[in-house]
Amino acid sequence: VSKPSDLVQGTLDMLLLKILALQPLNGWAIGQRLKQISGDVLQVSDGSLYPALHKLEQQGWITAHWKASESNRRAKFYSLTRLGRRHLEKEAANWNRLSAAISSVVKLSEA
Amino acid sequence: MSLEQWLYTVPLRLRSLFLRKRVDQELNDELRDHVELQTQENIARGMSPEAARYAALRALGGVTQIEEKCREKRGVNMIENFVQDLRYGLRQLRRSPGFFVLALSCLTLGIGANTAVFSWIEGTLFRPYPAVAHQERLVAIGGTSPGEEEGGPLSWPDYLDLQRGCTLCETTFVTKITGGTLSIGERAEVTAGSIVSANYFDAIGVHPILGRGFRPGEDVGRNSHPIIVISYQLWQGRFKGDPQIIGKTQRLNSDVYTIVGVTPKDFYGTFVGWAMNFWVPASMEENFEAGGYKLEDRGARWIESYAKLKPGVSRQQAQQEVSAVARRLEAAYPATNRGRGIKFWPLWQTPFNDANTLLPTLKIMFWVAGAVLLIACANVGNLLLVRSFSRRREINVRLALGAGYGRLLRQLLTEALIVSALGAACGVLVAYWCRHALILLFPPRSGIAMHLPGEIDWRVLALSIAICLLTTLIVGLVPALETRNLDVSGALKADSPSVTSGHSRAWVRSSLVIVQVCLSFVLLVGTVLLLRSLDKIRNTSPGFLTTRVLTTRVSIGAAGYSEPQAKAFQEQLLDRVRLLPGVEAAAFARITPLGYIEYSSTPIALDGYQPRPGEPPSVDYNQVSPGYFATLGIPLISGREFTRADDENAPLVAVVNLTMVERYWRGQNPIGGRLQVKGRWVRVVGVAANSKYESMREIPRPFFYVPLRQDFAKSPDLNIRTTQPLRTIATALSREVHTLDPNLALYEMITLQEQVDRSTSPQLVAVTLVAILGGLALLLAAIGIYGVMSYTVSQSTRELGLRMALGAGASNLLRVVISRGLALTAIGILFGTAAALALTRLMGDLLYNVSPYDLRAFGLALVVMTSATITACLWPAWHATRIDPARVLRE
Repeated sequence: VSKPSDLVQGTLDMLLLKILALQPLNGWAIGQRLKQISGDVLQVSDGSLYPALHKLEQQGWITAHWKASESNRRAKFYSLTRLGRRHLEKEAANWNRLSAAISSVVKLSEA
Repeated sequence: MSLEQWLYTVPLRLRSLFLRKRVDQELNDELRDHVELQTQENIARGMSPEAARYAALRALGGVTQIEEKCREKRGVNMIENFVQDLRYGLRQLRRSPGFFVLALSCLTLGIGANTAVFSWIEGTLFRPYPAVAHQERLVAIGGTSPGEEEGGPLSWPDYLDLQRGCTLCETTFVTKITGGTLSIGERAEVTAGSIVSANYFDAIGVHPILGRGFRPGEDVGRNSHPIIVISYQLWQGRFKGDPQIIGKTQRLNSDVYTIVGVTPKDFYGTFVGWAMNFWVPASMEENFEAGGYKLEDRGARWIESYAKLKPGVSRQQAQQEVSAVARRLEAAYPATNRGRGIKFWPLWQTPFNDANTLLPTLKIMFWVAGAVLLIACANVGNLLLVRSFSRRREINVRLALGAGYGRLLRQLLTEALIVSALGAACGVLVAYWCRHALILLFPPRSGIAMHLPGEIDWRVLALSIAICLLTTLIVGLVPALETRNLDVSGALKADSPSVTSGHSRAWVRSSLVIVQVCLSFVLLVGTVLLLRSLDKIRNTSPGFLTTRVLTTRVSIGAAGYSEPQAKAFQEQLLDRVRLLPGVEAAAFARITPLGYIEYSSTPIALDGYQPRPGEPPSVDYNQVSPGYFATLGIPLISGREFTRADDENAPLVAVVNLTMVERYWRGQNPIGGRLQVKGRWVRVVGVAANSKYESMREIPRPFFYVPLRQDFAKSPDLNIRTTQPLRTIATALSREVHTLDPNLALYEMITLQEQVDRSTSPQLVAVTLVAILGGLALLLAAIGIYGVMSYTVSQSTRELGLRMALGAGASNLLRVVISRGLALTAIGILFGTAAALALTRLMGDLLYNVSPYDLRAFGLALVVMTSATITACLWPAWHATRIDPARVLRE
């Protein structure tokens, strides 16, 4: 139900890593940021966010810490690890190559 | 996965495994935070608190599902499920302790028997010398000749040429078993030792704990290095652990030796079956071996040797090289080496030690133990199957609640794994206790310590674990496959299991029993065949008297007698012994038949006989004193015995056996004919009947005798034919020996029957082992039959009750139940007979004068199996007669 229909898992992973590359955030804030950035194009339900974060954490790409939030409550904050940064760079490069290739193919068919 | 990633993930996995509650709690907190933050956000957007919270929850979705998804992502689900199954399985087993104990004991026996056999095979065949470095690269070197493909000893010069020629060998070394008489204080005692090349201790990587090993060159020069290395056991036992032992002298045989080293405690030499107590360099060979100084004689083949291959070199590669060496030797020394080859053997096929005699037995044990394991598996499989019937409702409920077959299968396999793992643990324990049991099966001999350790190393353990997993699969899959046939809705409705519904299951159970009966029938046939051949061997006449003839030896050689002195002593002793009360005859012989020591062997030539190509050019012979044939009761067919007149000054004479007459004189009278022995012409004066010479199993072969005085040996065996008990003669003899020379010691005295029994001990060992395991198999099969029959009876109370109500008597019911059991057994025996006919041929080596298709063996096995079946059925049958028909019909 909560699987983003038009989003491959790898892309969601990359987006999450990208968001966390800017600053450490808690789960809810990550979700908010995701909606902000992508608008309504990327439909990621709140429910599918946490398993995805869990997986990234298990892969060693992000790491979680409990610390006090703005409202002075303990909350779980995620941040990027060195490994995650490297992975993100690799994925982003891949993505750029792929999207460049695809858009050139698309342009080709238009011409 | 990179190392860095492991650093992150491993702690996380461990955390999710062992701090599961905390991890779950954190997730819970996180989700709660999310809901609260979202609620606040919603309120800020103008929703009522109630509606805001509701919307936040709805956006998140099912918390349980998210939690489950997250758990999956942790990658430890498999382990968690396994732990769950394990707990559940243990609880199940605790609930039915009877089943548990029975299954566990079956598997303990099955796995234990296998592990014990593995440990024996490992300890005696594959890794026989635990203290020796790089055993896996050792190969045994055997000399072959056209008549002797199984590999015999090499000569010293051939060995040296081989050593020089073998570039693929890291090193080669000689170790020839021998015996020596140690005189320490009052006591003289014969003990086993080795004649070794000087590099022996370096080559095998054993470093003496005191003193040193041998130095290069100490194996060169006739009698040049009277030094000795002794074993830890000898040092502790005979020398009381004297710390100043190095440099002390010790009388061994006829010479005085200087003790230069003591070997480590766990080193027993390199001869499977025996513990060595001393080592002397090859230069001292003459003092231990009959036949004089042989280090420069290419024709004298006496040494046993090993090669250590260079790392990465295969035996085949080295064999090619060494075959080339042998061909060169053949060309260079045709007189001694014509037709001779050199062969490398893997350790477990070493041609010259007890590995050779144990190999056929252990091979059979391997298969027999496997069969026992299969029978045990069938039993446990059956037990699990019965339990899966009684748990049918439980399994159905789980299926109905949505458990997948895969999950259920894992659960059943986990239960099987618990039983088989515990069985394996107990089995290894049993094997550990039995690891030295092999030696108990051999008849004890005084003076010489046997050494046949089992070895439980990682290879044996790995095999046991493999067996355990295999068992799990076999045992667990039987009920698991049955579960596939379950009809969920149907079974949920049915309250109690009915007889008819179990049709396919009855078939599985019956075939398991049939397999058991089949296997144990094969083992029974094997046991009976071995028993019969042992009986035949022991009751075959060796061609000489056995019960009334005693044999022993006097340590003349050890006392430093010269040859004339020894001759005089032998004459005097014979005269005195013949006068002892109850002694009928006495004679010396260099070798008593069926012993370990090898006969002298010679190429022969005859007047008017042309050897066929490929015919063994050598014939064995024995050196005997006058009266030998009378003493051993070997009939003389024609001619005469040796007399005192046949001494070193008289013309050389010989007595030949019947086979020799047939082969070389084509049945013509050979008396007066000539025979060339070691280049000297000898006249035949008599013909003796055939007898057994080296083994009870040998076929008649040519053999001859020469007078001891004409081919002298200092320490021959003394044979005495007597009417008196052994003890009386032993006492009297040692008194006589002491009168002649108080320094002399008497070796162990045994009857020739004992000699025969010792030579057939491999058969005895095989029979004992196969009989023990065969009995075990029979017991397990009987338990299997009992289990199936009692279950059948408990499931057919209705039918049996009906029969009773219709007037069937107790005897009738007994017949019904027992005949059902017998029907199963009959099918099993049918298959078993077919299997046995195919398999017993493999025992060929151990069978003696018994056909593998021996009708009596099959008959006896049939009787035993049938009686076992009837016994196993009696209790269930008796139970059947106790059924109360009134109650059954009411139900």
